[in-house]
Amino acid sequence: MHPDISVKNLYKTYASGHQALKDINLDIRRGEIFALLGPNGAGKTTLISIICGIVNHTSGTVLADGHNIASDYRAARTKIGLVPQELNTDAFETVWDTVSFSRGLFGKAPNPAHIEKVLKSLSLWDKRDSRIMALSGGMKRRVMIAKALSHEPQILFLDEPTAGVDVELRRDMWELVRRLRENGVTIILTTHYIEEAEEMADRIGVISQGELILVEDKHTLMQQLGKKELRLHLQAPLESVPDSLSDLQLELSDDGTELVYTFDTSEERTGIATLLRRLAEQGVDFKDLRTRESSLEEIFVNLVKAKV
Amino acid sequence: MNVYGIRAIYKFEMARMWRTLMQSVLSPVISTSLYFVVFGSAIGSRMGDIDGVSYGAFIIPGLIMLSLLMQSISNASFGIYMPKFSGTIYEVLSAPVSFVEVVIGYVGAAATKSTILGLIILLTARLFVDYSIDHPVWMFLFLVLTAITFSLFGFIIGIWADTFEKLQIVPLMIVTPLVFLGGTFYSISMLPPIWQTITLFNPVVYLISGFRWAFYGISDVNVLLCAGMTFLFMVICLVIIAMIFKTGYRLRS
Ligand SMILES: Nc1ncnc2c1ncn2[C@@H]1O[C@H](COP(=O)(O)OP(=O)(O)OP(=O)(O)O)[C@@H](O)[C@H]1O
Ligand SMILES: [Mg+2]
Repeated sequence: MHPDISVKNLYKTYASGHQALKDINLDIRRGEIFALLGPNGAGKTTLISIICGIVNHTSGTVLADGHNIASDYRAARTKIGLVPQELNTDAFETVWDTVSFSRGLFGKAPNPAHIEKVLKSLSLWDKRDSRIMALSGGMKRRVMIAKALSHEPQILFLDEPTAGVDVELRRDMWELVRRLRENGVTIILTTHYIEEAEEMADRIGVISQGELILVEDKHTLMQQLGKKELRLHLQAPLESVPDSLSDLQLELSDDGTELVYTFDTSEERTGIATLLRRLAEQGVDFKDLRTRESSLEEIFVNLVKAKV
Repeated sequence: MNVYGIRAIYKFEMARMWRTLMQSVLSPVISTSLYFVVFGSAIGSRMGDIDGVSYGAFIIPGLIMLSLLMQSISNASFGIYMPKFSGTIYEVLSAPVSFVEVVIGYVGAAATKSTILGLIILLTARLFVDYSIDHPVWMFLFLVLTAITFSLFGFIIGIWADTFEKLQIVPLMIVTPLVFLGGTFYSISMLPPIWQTITLFNPVVYLISGFRWAFYGISDVNVLLCAGMTFLFMVICLVIIAMIFKTGYRLRS
């Protein structure tokens, strides 16, 4: 089966001369949740906007469900729903009207039952006759999601769906994303919250300065790049790491009470046994120890740092 | 053809008109009434007939055209400017609608509004002067054709404008003078010959002339030429819009 989204050699240079995307190649599989991570200005929104038809691309090809987004835009766009990063809503329309409008715009016959289902799933049913301007920010965000779901898209883009959203709505959103995935919807989301990617995504792509620097299965990524730390709480603080131990991956905490040893979980030998033996030889006593796995967040920060 | 898409845009735009019914209908009706009072009754009573038509009746076609042009342009330009301004345009850009469908939706709604408005002004005029309509079908055709053409023109302005000032400036600085100098209040034949020639470069002359012919059977220029010129202007607008959508000018970065 062909991928739901296929991006090949995609470049984008804005009129300002800024090159926002450089040679992006990416396939998104049907039914997966793909998280796109990257710092501010990395090009996440640009990539999504090109796929959805809001921004023109400079060169390259994009297929949505096998349809070229430029030459066969009608078929391609029919498959796609988009929740943009910015809260751009009408003001005077009611929730019901604006969601029905979206469905019509995407060429679907009216279906009040479906709209009702979408509104109920987003806890918007009570607000259906409210004007959008009278809603809170979080509620407006829900309305934007409802609009994107109004035409039953096969592929859903969520550009920072949980930015500026309270904990409850964030949980709701995750729940909704899971339910959509169960129904076979492909979901591409961008986020700055790593925990979100960690919690939701099947695969993760990292984009930095317009380049896709990594695409990996989430679990593989966390295993491959997962570093562990061993922290030793010392009996007596040290001034510095003893010279005789300088060949080891050791760091001293600022107050001198902790020695931190970093090791790779994927390595055959972690070197812990050696470390402990040599500490004993040197007479460095410790009263406690613990290990910690680095989170996706640290992985991500390291990746982006390495790039710069 | 994405008929549901066209219908969605058209309905959205018409709903906007109902919300702003007062300013959409009332203000042009009031200002036109004032013109009738001042020019038709007060000054008109001291003017002789023009080509056998009383002055009050003579200015009706021009006054309707004035409102029709202004309203078509402002309705259509505002209709597309607002989503650009508020950012909701993203949805139209990402939807499976062709430029023709977008234009039918927005321009269709704007033209519908201004046509209805033109008819309302026509009825309002009845309160002030007596008039006849020799060719009602032609009259209606000119009304609709002009409404569509200038809604297209307004649509272009709405896309081009990136500030509210620009949105206002074209109707104010260009259209108003063209209408006033286009023979609303006088017959072209009343001008010195050199001005008659210059006037022929004013597209509004053809609109008013053709429209007045539909009322009273009198015209400054050939009626077919009038219809042809209006049609030509419409085609030019369509070509410009097609190019806008093709290049994404001011719509897609
Ligand atoms: N219309 C535009 N014209 C010129 N440059 C632009 C335009 N839109 C975006 N850019 C630039 O392109 C780069 C990528 O922007 P983009 O919005 O895609 O980043 P992002 O990854 O979505 O960032 P964020 O996390 O802040 O949303 C930025 O440097 C931005 O300044
Ligand atoms: Mg962004």
